[in-house]
Amino acid sequence: MHPVRKRRLLVVVFIVVVSSIGIGLATYALRQNMNLFYTPSQVVAGTVPEDVRIRVGGMVVRDSVMRAAGSLGVSFRLTDGNGELLVHYTGILPDLFAEGQAAVAAGYLRSGPALEADQVLAKHDENYTPPEVVDAMKTGHAARAAREADAQGSSTP
Amino acid sequence: MIPEYGHFALILAFCLSLVLAVVPMLGAALRRPLWMACARSLAVGQLVFVIISFGCLAAAFLGDDFSVRYVAQNSDRLLPDHYKFSAVWGAHEGSLLLWMLVLAGWTATVAVFSRDLPPELVARVLAVMGMIAVGFHLFLLLTSNPFERVLPMAPAEGSDLNPLLQDFGLIVHPPLLYMGYVGLSVPFAFAIAALLGGRMDVAWTRWTRPWTNIAWAFLTIGITLGSWWAYYELGWGGWWFWDPVENASFMPWLIATALVHSLAVTEKRGLFRGWTLLLAIFAFALSLLGTFLVRSGVLTSVHAFASDPTRGVFVLMFLGVVIGGSLLLYGLRAPTLRVPASFGWRSREAFVLANNALLAVITAVILLGTLYPLVADVMGWGKISVGPPYFNSFFVPLTLTLALLMGIGALLQWKDSALAPMARTAGLGALVAVPAAGLLPWLWGSWQWGAALALAAAAWIAALTVQDLWRKSAFAPTRWLGLRRLRGSYWGMVCAHLGVAVAIAGAGVAASYSSQQEVQMRPGEVLAVAGYEFRFDGVTEQDGPNYRAQTGAFDVYRDGRAVAHLAPEKRRYQGGQVMTEAGIDASLGRDLYVVLGEPLGDTAWAVRVHVKPLMRWLWVGGVLIALGAVIAVGDRRYRRPLPVRADVSAHATGS
Repeated sequence: MHPVRKRRLLVVVFIVVVSSIGIGLATYALRQNMNLFYTPSQVVAGTVPEDVRIRVGGMVVRDSVMRAAGSLGVSFRLTDGNGELLVHYTGILPDLFAEGQAAVAAGYLRSGPALEADQVLAKHDENYTPPEVVDAMKTGHAARAAREADAQGSSTP
Repeated sequence: MIPEYGHFALILAFCLSLVLAVVPMLGAALRRPLWMACARSLAVGQLVFVIISFGCLAAAFLGDDFSVRYVAQNSDRLLPDHYKFSAVWGAHEGSLLLWMLVLAGWTATVAVFSRDLPPELVARVLAVMGMIAVGFHLFLLLTSNPFERVLPMAPAEGSDLNPLLQDFGLIVHPPLLYMGYVGLSVPFAFAIAALLGGRMDVAWTRWTRPWTNIAWAFLTIGITLGSWWAYYELGWGGWWFWDPVENASFMPWLIATALVHSLAVTEKRGLFRGWTLLLAIFAFALSLLGTFLVRSGVLTSVHAFASDPTRGVFVLMFLGVVIGGSLLLYGLRAPTLRVPASFGWRSREAFVLANNALLAVITAVILLGTLYPLVADVMGWGKISVGPPYFNSFFVPLTLTLALLMGIGALLQWKDSALAPMARTAGLGALVAVPAAGLLPWLWGSWQWGAALALAAAAWIAALTVQDLWRKSAFAPTRWLGLRRLRGSYWGMVCAHLGVAVAIAGAGVAASYSSQQEVQMRPGEVLAVAGYEFRFDGVTEQDGPNYRAQTGAFDVYRDGRAVAHLAPEKRRYQGGQVMTEAGIDASLGRDLYVVLGEPLGDTAWAVRVHVKPLMRWLWVGGVLIALGAVIAVGDRRYRRPLPVRADVSAHATGS
């Protein structure tokens, strides 16, 4: 084969091999490390798999933050206006974590259901709420409004 | 009135950029010298008006003019003056104005320093930069005007700058990062000009290389500073989070790194022309993508601001036009630039190609992990986030491969090298790297794979680089003279490659041997972490200029000897926001890092303590890499003699 063509072929083969290995590995790793986002009401409804790392976001329910005495253990509840989920966490909470404010917790679901969180994220400035939480709150409130409307509709014969 | 002057100056700058985008380009196509020559004055004029505009916004901040909405949202009377100034780029609108200022600055710099270039090339380059400026002026004026007033109900007091941003890091990180981001528009403009003109000769590369190096150096420093800032300001003790916004700055850096190397081949051997142009286009496209990701508010991130979706749509459209247009041009014109080439696999070209391929693969992987959640959200596949393990599982092995190739590649000759010396060099490298992997980790008490590989890679690069330096300096009467005779570009490469070695060693060791503990502590209690004893001496209260701080006192002992006193703070700002300031004792060997959590009743506090060995090495490495790029620019061959030219240009400016 002509040397130029041979070199070109080698280059092409190299690129194809490297990129296909890369794409294969990338898709595999992506699947292993995806954290799906759920709302508290989805979790309460039982539509969320266990033993998979998930993220749950919502507002921290007022008066729900409880510190365990003598350790850094803490528990609180997250709500999207429709359902509430208990979260356990051990460690220091972020500065802007506060009752009545948005927070996202990541971790594994345990029976109860309760979330065993290994990470808690709070908003980082006063005017900002994570877009996921905004959506979750919207759908949560809409769902509750619909349910209440339903209940009213069925209670009047 | 001052904000109106600022707004007006910005509109004038926009008008100048419109003319700059059109007239010199037409002049180059129609061969009208006067049309082409006006590019320089337009570029300088644009800079003047953007500076006026920026100055007006800064004046509004320093004068506490809260009738300007942007000032009211990001400042208050008690904010110290230097933070009032840096608050100019503390949020969306102002940071875009800073972006515009930097772009106008780069454009004017190119205009001033391009006297020796062919006039068509200068006209085209400046016109392309003018087009980019038109896009950003429109973005500023239409969607994010920083001079908007809230009249007649002007607030009496501003709502303060986000405390996270009241920090030295914010003063320097964004301007430097922008210098890098926007600086990549210069090689981009050169690439487009080369495609339009159909010429890409040695002069072109000689002109493009220093600009690319400088932009790349700024980007390197910007990213390094960002990592350092996140480390001490966010209080998690982490230095890289694979946050989408970090990725947004890292991707252009990776491609620009590939570009810096590919340009070397294009200059020395005239090869990889199409590839070099493509890299220049993609490096800038990725900076724009970064801007989109950060500014559109689609991301959950430290950098995301509450913003309206029209901005995102605007940047996305702009991105589409820039990428689509330049790739179309590339597709049409690149085949005309092709040159036949031949080189063996043991040549420097082959290794640079491999380096480029690896960097491109790393970028693609990061791009996938960064964009996949966005795509999934738009397609309705659920809300997903991709965790750091994904990025690490690729980045680490690919970087180690890169380090392996880098050690050898830099020593090879162009075209082809003999097998025997290459094998000898590799043997020597292995002779250093293998013991380094086996023994050095024991310095930190145990042997771990990750640290061993990182140290081996670092030792490999360092040994081979120093060996090559030794060999190259042997052909002079004395060693000192030999070292002095080596070229600036070679020294730059040595410095940058050693920087990579230092950074890899630092990252590997810090990641493997960091210790962290979160506990509850009362005054007088002692906590032992990694051989250090941290004694907590309670918390006192102090007043800062616009906050009230609770300051913890920690004395750190090692083997009974006091080694450091740390004072982490918990600050409550005027606006009610709470901020953690970590207490850090830094040295080349290790960082001691203490964070106050929250009070847990009576006198107990939640406390987090880190001990991070070799943490500083990572950032020292980053600085060395940037320094290398700057040293390379100082090479003699980029400082052309200017004998007759001075007269010509004096004449030209006089006419």
